[in-house]
Amino acid sequence: MLKRTGIPTSDDLQSVTPDKERLLEGPVAIIECFNEIPCDPCFYSCPFKAIKKFDDINDKPELDYSKCTGCGNCIASCPGLAIFVVDYPKNRLSLPYEFLPLPSVGDKVWGLNRAGKSICQVEVIKVKDPDKNDKTAVITIRLSKKYLMEVRHIKVGDLDE
Amino acid sequence: MILLINTDLLVIGGGPAGMTAALKAAKRKAEVIIVERYHELGGQLTKQTHRFFGSKSEQAGTRGIDIARGLTKEIQNMSEIKVLTEATAQGYYEDKIVTVSYQNKFRKIRAKRIIIATGASEKMMLFENNDLPGVYGAGAIQTLMNLYGILPGKKVIMVGAGNIGLIVSYQLLQAGVEVKAVIEADSEIGGYLVHASKIRRTGVPIYTGHSVKSAIGESSVKGAEIIKLDENWQMITGTERFIKADTICLAVGLRPLVSLLIQADCAMVYVPELGGDVPIRDENLKTTNDQIFVAGDAAGIEEATAAMLEGEIAGLKAASEIGYLSEDVVEETRRLKRELKKLRGGPIGRKIRRGLSKVRGDDNVKKNRYSHLR
Repeated sequence: MLKRTGIPTSDDLQSVTPDKERLLEGPVAIIECFNEIPCDPCFYSCPFKAIKKFDDINDKPELDYSKCTGCGNCIASCPGLAIFVVDYPKNRLSLPYEFLPLPSVGDKVWGLNRAGKSICQVEVIKVKDPDKNDKTAVITIRLSKKYLMEVRHIKVGDLDE
Repeated sequence: MILLINTDLLVIGGGPAGMTAALKAAKRKAEVIIVERYHELGGQLTKQTHRFFGSKSEQAGTRGIDIARGLTKEIQNMSEIKVLTEATAQGYYEDKIVTVSYQNKFRKIRAKRIIIATGASEKMMLFENNDLPGVYGAGAIQTLMNLYGILPGKKVIMVGAGNIGLIVSYQLLQAGVEVKAVIEADSEIGGYLVHASKIRRTGVPIYTGHSVKSAIGESSVKGAEIIKLDENWQMITGTERFIKADTICLAVGLRPLVSLLIQADCAMVYVPELGGDVPIRDENLKTTNDQIFVAGDAAGIEEATAAMLEGEIAGLKAASEIGYLSEDVVEETRRLKRELKKLRGGPIGRKIRRGLSKVRGDDNVKKNRYSHLR
């Protein structure tokens, strides 16, 4: 249970995951924010107004999947590092990353699941670290489709470790 | 020689609450002195490398260190504000004067209004061997690591899964330290779940319903014996487990630093939800001493965003009372209170709301914990 372990349950995840049809259409954000905390920067980050304006700042974010283009602007805006973009057709995942050294494009690194377990090897295909992201890099990885909804972090370094 | 300095407003403590209070008053042309114990302004913000939550209009998404830098620069550009760093407020006297030690001299400051924004201190936790070298408070670790670039150790056990425990765990990981586990006595994680998830997915286990039974080691920490707790927080014998580590970090809560308020005869009340003894005050943060306001963690433990809003409200009100009135005071105060209310409005703010319901009103003044000292 999330409140005991820090790991979201499948029920938690289902509530923030678009249906298969939308996933097949292309990249879309998944906002893994499960408690009502006073926070709203994601709303301001979205150029397409896909994240609903907060009536109450404590509301959980609501994403309109039909408006979301998967641009990933919201990823680095989230103070909780809880936003990911999944590109199902292209087997890609973009995630926020605040550790050094940053990986390089082409690196093979470990993909970690929400419990921090290394479950597969992934390939780094984009590293975005512009000034406007204020030190939260956005890393895009390519990985096997079956792990797209499982991997949420990467471990940079020797794969043999 | 004892120097007497006269000013409109004295702000004691240059953290988030004190800085915004000073700015708000100075922008209304009040003359302000800030007394800060450290060598620079910023308080806890200077260690907070993570992005802030809250409302975008109140700097959410910005890292604490950058908020501190921004406010410090703003203060330096205000000719109305004089900052005394490495200065300690020593006491409040009956003739309404505050004494301050500054540059090896004892100064007296007479101010028309005083805002006390002294922050908080960390709580200690009882367990066997808790005095072994290697047992740290989370604040000390943040200071060492984030201000001075010194690692406290290589393998850390974090005690406390509130926001501070979770955030400092994350900062330790960023610094390349191994966090062996986060131990939390409560059955649930107290901090924001997004903070918990982001350390959990790096592989750090979070053990709720657990506590530290003893620190292990002869001359320094070599590990800790942790133990399961039942629903009444009693240790369950037989569930002990050893975790190897060279550092135990305690993030088990904060207590408002209120000694000056007590000395100034502000009526105090014990409110567990706010971290301990806090002053009774009205909605403008005015205490029962007409000269004195309180803001930030000294008024009750809360997030820095709330501290900054409280500072602004107190600063604005203090400036008005001194005579610096401006047309927008009423509207601006209303806006700030609205922001604060929104911030505290959700389930996370429930505890704060319950706490705050105990700090207002005449009935509570009668409960003044320190009246027997008078």
